[in-house]
Amino acid sequence: MEKEKMLDLLACMARIREFDTMAEKVFLSGEIQGFVHVYRGEEATATGICAALRKDDYITSTHRGHGHLIAKGADVNEMLAELCGKSTGCNGGKGGSMHIADIDKGIIGANGLLAAGLTLGTGAAFSAKYRETDQVAVSFFGDGSSNEGEFHETMNLASLWKLPQIFVCENNGYQVTCPVSRTVACKTIAERASAYNMPGVTVDGNDVLAVLEAARKAVERARNGEGPTLIECITTRVGGHYVGDPSPYVPKEEKATWKERDCIERFSKLLVKEGIATEAEIDEIKKAEKKRIEDAMEFARQSPYPDVEEAVRNVYSDFDEEGRNR
Amino acid sequence: MKKLAMVQGLNQAMFKAMAEDDRVFMLGLDISTGSMGVSLGLQQQFGEKRIIDCPAAESGYVGACVGAAITGLRPIAEIQFADFVTYCMDQLVNQAPKMHYWFGKKASVPIVFRLPGGSGGQAASQHSQNLEALFTHIPGMKVVLPSTPRDARGLLLASIRDNDPVAFFENKFTYGVTEEVEDDEFDNFEAIPLGVADVKREGKDLTIVATGAMVAKSLAAAEELAKEGIEAEVVDPRTLYPLDKKAIFNSIAKTGRLIIVTEENKRGAWSAEMASLAAEEMFESLKAPIIRIGALNTPMPFVRVLEEYVLPQVCDIVAEAKKICK
Repeated sequence: MEKEKMLDLLACMARIREFDTMAEKVFLSGEIQGFVHVYRGEEATATGICAALRKDDYITSTHRGHGHLIAKGADVNEMLAELCGKSTGCNGGKGGSMHIADIDKGIIGANGLLAAGLTLGTGAAFSAKYRETDQVAVSFFGDGSSNEGEFHETMNLASLWKLPQIFVCENNGYQVTCPVSRTVACKTIAERASAYNMPGVTVDGNDVLAVLEAARKAVERARNGEGPTLIECITTRVGGHYVGDPSPYVPKEEKATWKERDCIERFSKLLVKEGIATEAEIDEIKKAEKKRIEDAMEFARQSPYPDVEEAVRNVYSDFDEEGRNR
Repeated sequence: MKKLAMVQGLNQAMFKAMAEDDRVFMLGLDISTGSMGVSLGLQQQFGEKRIIDCPAAESGYVGACVGAAITGLRPIAEIQFADFVTYCMDQLVNQAPKMHYWFGKKASVPIVFRLPGGSGGQAASQHSQNLEALFTHIPGMKVVLPSTPRDARGLLLASIRDNDPVAFFENKFTYGVTEEVEDDEFDNFEAIPLGVADVKREGKDLTIVATGAMVAKSLAAAEELAKEGIEAEVVDPRTLYPLDKKAIFNSIAKTGRLIIVTEENKRGAWSAEMASLAAEEMFESLKAPIIRIGALNTPMPFVRVLEEYVLPQVCDIVAEAKKICK
């Protein structure tokens, strides 16, 4: 792979890391409220998958969606503004962290319901096939969602109708607080694919190049009309379920492995070892992303809140709901 | 004159909508063979690409319709029996009605959920429900419930052309009900706009707001009342949300009395919302207490004698009307 593309992968992972570091910081300081789930530790998965996509492809995301959206090209200024509830946010302050969406970039949205994105992704893939484009739809979801009925229903539908959908399971080992060993009956989530007559692969989700390779194969298969693929990315949720969750249910020994499994550190070392980039170049990229996010936060801070009348707009496409007389 | 049956009216609306717009397609169970006759002939005319029999996976295929709607298509999702909507409540409650609010002007969700409901055919408790109040409660959802073949036809066409999610309820036990139409009107028809009520019978003494199959019963009751010198005005809102309050309130202003007749079981019914709107906004026009008539608060029993007892009948409407028109 060309050096430039390798460095793009690093920059994307660093951008996600810096974004969520900022999101966590401003949440803990009280500057933003609501529910925030950060993607720290899982950056290689979103980055590797989205690097195999075109701008006009679709993704559906989850409650832990910031990484997917950034990797698919969402504007970090608009995203941080959305987290702050500002009028300049992707959704004008009406969505917040769990409902960031930008259809112009193929982002059908983060989603607060487990496995909902799977059905929406099946619809987007159906739509692409119906409209005879060669777009593909990626649905990101977690190990927990692989137990929902929607997972099984959409795996069956996508395979039956040979839809260009790619099922990307981020197996971070925990369904909120419950370890995967207590929630999933089979050995791997990938093997569930065999029940629906589609390929299922398990990859190291903290290895961006391994993820990218699996994604390319799946995308090629989907664009060729050969149907869906399930990719299980084994990854690491560094931290708790939500910002502020001290994760006492994660064993100390497991937490001790977080650092060595860090996808950004691993990829940085690889770049140096292979002579693709120097440590100085890598630091430069990370610094630039840090600056980009700091600027984005400043943009969000300076942006105004929405007018209160905005609350009753866009409930329906052809009329506004009644407001209050205050 | 020709006779138009309810089932034909619905069928004609879908034929017209599919002929005029390639983006319209339909997913459902057993729809290629007609599914109670409503989709009869559609697959022969429009092909397997647009009329697709689905596996029994409501949250999967209905969710796929939502994903398709957000990416440029205009789906009709048939839920074989309205009662089965419980399989896909996430899609109808958490997804479709929320998405335009997140996306704003960038995207809307043009989708019709066809929901054959209604009681009166000894289908018992899991195939006889009137669940419209579940959806009038949900911001972002439009709710339609026609009472005549002509209305069903025009309203379904309008619903398919509408840019918002529409829960379209049909009383399946009235599919065979016919209405006389002019010969040239049999094939040539226009959409009936959502949110416009229809006065089915004029009268000066009492307003009966009735929905679905209760419109015919209310008209029958009005004929009996007329024999005793009471002239009832029967108003069919046709769209439960958005609601044509103006037409209903004009009638109340004229008569000063209001009875609401719906087939839903009475507790928490749409009729309660209607009654409270009238009480809040038309109190000074009312000469008598508002009366609600609905099914008893029981699951629908199977045997005819119990079912008839549980459902509102003409005699109940007549009796209540006489009480408040003394």
